[in-house]
Amino acid sequence: MRIGFTANGRPVVADDVWEGESLLYVLRERLGLPGSKNACEQGECGSCTVYLDGSPVCSCLVAAGQVAGREVRTVEGLAGEDGLDPVQQAFLDAGAVQCGFCTPGLLVQTHALLERDPHPSDAGIREALSGNLCRCTGYEKIMDAVRLAAARRSTRTEVDG
Amino acid sequence: MGAPGPRGVLRGEKNLEKITTDHPHGVGASAARPDGILKVRGEFAYSSDLWAEDMLWGTALRAPHARARIRSVDVSAALALPGVHAVLTHEDVPGRRTYGLEIEDQPVLAVDQVRYHGEPVAVVAADHPETARRAAAAIAVDYEVLEPICTEEQALDPARYGYVHAPAEYRGKAAGNVLHRQRVVSGGGVTDAVRARADVVVRGEYRVGMQDQAFLGPESGLAVPAEDGGVDLYVATQWLHVDRRQMAPVLGLPEEKVRISLAGVGGAFGGREDLSMQIHACLLAQRTGRPVKVVYGREESFFGHVHRHPATLRYEHGATRDGRLVYVDARIVLDGGAYASSSPAVVGNAASLGVGPYEVPHVSMEALALYTNNPPCGAMRGFGAVQACFAYESQLDRLAAALDMDPVELRQRNAVREGSLMPTGQRIDSPAPVAELLRRVKALPLPPAAGPDVRELPGALSNSTHGEGVVRGVGYAVGIKNVGFSEGFDDYSTARVRLEVIGGEPAAMVHTAAAEVGQGGVTVHGQIARTELGVERVTIHPADTGVGSAGSTSASRQTYMTGGAVRLACEAVREALFARGRARYGWTHDDLSLAGGKVVSAADGVLAGVAELLGGEYVEETRVYRHRPTQPLHPETGQGFGHVQYSFCAHRAVVDVDVELGLVRVVELAAAQDVGRAVNPSAVVGQIHGGSVQGLGLAVMEEIQVSEGKVRNPSFTDYLIPTILDTPPQPVDVLELADPHAPYGLRGAGEAPTLSSTPAVVSAIRAATGLTLDRVPVRPEHLTVQRPPTG
Ligand code: FES
Ligand code: FES
Repeated sequence: MRIGFTANGRPVVADDVWEGESLLYVLRERLGLPGSKNACEQGECGSCTVYLDGSPVCSCLVAAGQVAGREVRTVEGLAGEDGLDPVQQAFLDAGAVQCGFCTPGLLVQTHALLERDPHPSDAGIREALSGNLCRCTGYEKIMDAVRLAAARRSTRTEVDG
Repeated sequence: MGAPGPRGVLRGEKNLEKITTDHPHGVGASAARPDGILKVRGEFAYSSDLWAEDMLWGTALRAPHARARIRSVDVSAALALPGVHAVLTHEDVPGRRTYGLEIEDQPVLAVDQVRYHGEPVAVVAADHPETARRAAAAIAVDYEVLEPICTEEQALDPARYGYVHAPAEYRGKAAGNVLHRQRVVSGGGVTDAVRARADVVVRGEYRVGMQDQAFLGPESGLAVPAEDGGVDLYVATQWLHVDRRQMAPVLGLPEEKVRISLAGVGGAFGGREDLSMQIHACLLAQRTGRPVKVVYGREESFFGHVHRHPATLRYEHGATRDGRLVYVDARIVLDGGAYASSSPAVVGNAASLGVGPYEVPHVSMEALALYTNNPPCGAMRGFGAVQACFAYESQLDRLAAALDMDPVELRQRNAVREGSLMPTGQRIDSPAPVAELLRRVKALPLPPAAGPDVRELPGALSNSTHGEGVVRGVGYAVGIKNVGFSEGFDDYSTARVRLEVIGGEPAAMVHTAAAEVGQGGVTVHGQIARTELGVERVTIHPADTGVGSAGSTSASRQTYMTGGAVRLACEAVREALFARGRARYGWTHDDLSLAGGKVVSAADGVLAGVAELLGGEYVEETRVYRHRPTQPLHPETGQGFGHVQYSFCAHRAVVDVDVELGLVRVVELAAAQDVGRAVNPSAVVGQIHGGSVQGLGLAVMEEIQVSEGKVRNPSFTDYLIPTILDTPPQPVDVLELADPHAPYGLRGAGEAPTLSSTPAVVSAIRAATGLTLDRVPVRPEHLTVQRPPTG
């Protein structure tokens, strides 16, 4: 089947899609967007997290056919023209990236968290990120990164506002 | 607000080496990862992201039985499916049909029998991954199912239960179903007279479950057939050259026609030391003449790599009334599973490190690995030292209780230090601050009692308690790990460094075959080049077999070994540059260094710019670095200078246990570790955090469930690794006491934190519950159900 949707603001079309393919597969293998990761493909690790119509979802659990006409934003769509998103920069600065396989999903999930709650408590951060596995970092620097991103965003908003 | 720095990084009092330049992004700085921006943009190419025009997808058919004879394999139905391009069995293997890291006992594809659940029997290439999976399912294999050999008792009684490898085909180093055995005897062993000297004796039998590396990036890669009849493989691995050494004879190719490049690696932790999909993808590419991509799903990943050896450990400790160890008598049995993998080296570690970081006058130790029909076990972070650490630290707690002594004080009283003798007769000839690490970790402030937020209680988000039935406990542990390859192995690494001028600026390029698996090797190798060559711009060439071997990214060795090689190559480049200056300008200085892109004399200042000296040319040097040689351990006594370096870490765990529901929440996991020299402090702390949490996982949740040889939980739904909710704050205190034998005084840091976190967590649970707990992982039923006493 043929599926059209919006990926990172651009209209995309995938042809010859088999009905069993997930959104993750179509992004990675048909649309040249391999940034979303495939650590389990069964909804347990969060490495495939993308925005679907503004909500974070595990793209491995979404059938590609369900996405027709909708809006998808992946890790590749987080950075703006003027550089990295503050969440991306904070992950780098805090040393929260080792192998980086969990990173794309964590970035999208953190981005969504801070949109929802610009000043999350530690318990709130842990709750929000509990569906995203990381095997390398022991999460400590991921906590640092989220706190750092939240702090920078609020300074930026105060300055801008 | 700046980036949070590493906590508690201290300069060692004994730094023996002065770093030549204070480069802001050189050795000792928390320099940024060169691959970091690509990784946060989602643009870093992992091995599962690769794509080639016209590529096919490969997959394997795996055995559903732990032990069976293969009567026949019929691939015709699979081949007949549209979209299928090849179906291969062992008959299609052009060269040798077995491979292995140390012992070539593992078939590429099963020949006439399968020895473990998940053993590959056939491989398929098709134009869509789903077509490949359906074709694999359409292969008809006729099995005669046999009773698997699963336990120590069965393995040690081949007359009754049979052999995993028939005696005629046996390739292990011992005999029967014993794959490898190592004894260590010191102080004349543990005789009756020695036993009589102990006032207090404690015994225990401990068990460690089968842990999985659970790296997030699945085994994957792309094999591309080449015009010269060879193959180019892009793959996530830990050691390119040892992959090639095992692959070439199987593919029937000379090594130079098997070219391997490292693709992005999503974690490793030992699980990529053995081959997984490498040969299968290359066989399919050779047969079809097209690029073949293989990506394991999570379930196949559980079958596709070796695991941490499950172990049974029997220990007896004797001590005097004042808490001095007199003897340790121990036997460690490791389940090696169906194939050898790295079991012999794991046995060597368990035996030689099996009494822990303690001075013990009399030791009688035996460690062995068995062949069984369980999943093959091999390398995982901590490598043989993890299992032993859980047992000896549990014993130390038991001994402290028997002596009515503080468990930290008991450990400090018996701790090794520089100059101590290990049971192998090896004298520790660099700092060994075991007592100090314990003192530091104990001195850290304790976390406050759980607050009113129920998310901070065991059961977390499930709202299963409001504090009733919750008890707190604190536990300590310390461990010892070797660094680098041991027991006489010729361990080396190679680096090629080029200095050139790009855009008017001097720039270095570092080329090694070292596998960057996430740990940050590429970062520190760049830092070393900056420090040694005084340049800002450093490029890391992709790792491939176009340069000599770097050895394995394992055994905490790459900063030491490839770092050592990069430093040597940089020194050679520097010398070559100075030689040009001497030839061209007649310099006679012997006080030259490179800094800020210039050649500087200590006495006369700047002599020339590097760009000017190079003209349009470049200087390139390749060097091999070897650590000082080690010796094999004597097979019967274990005596020998077996290890190049030791690494130490101590933990304090604080837990809350809901004793009614058997739920544990680790409240805090504090660590203190000596790293000799923190080449990149932020990365070092990241290693300590990550390693500690893998140990936490082994303590309370991680186990591959195997019954009758069958794996019951090959998914992240059923095999649990710690989430961010299971993981507590982790204060880290890093000590830097230089090792005079190592580059920059550094001490391999990656593994030690994985050892002591497990026993520290369990010790804390014991303190909270009063239970014995002689098995990890500790499960809820162990905490709530009254069990018969053991030992
Ligand atoms: S790949 Fe989607 S949750 Fe793991
Ligand atoms: S950085 Fe490797 S899984 Fe998170």
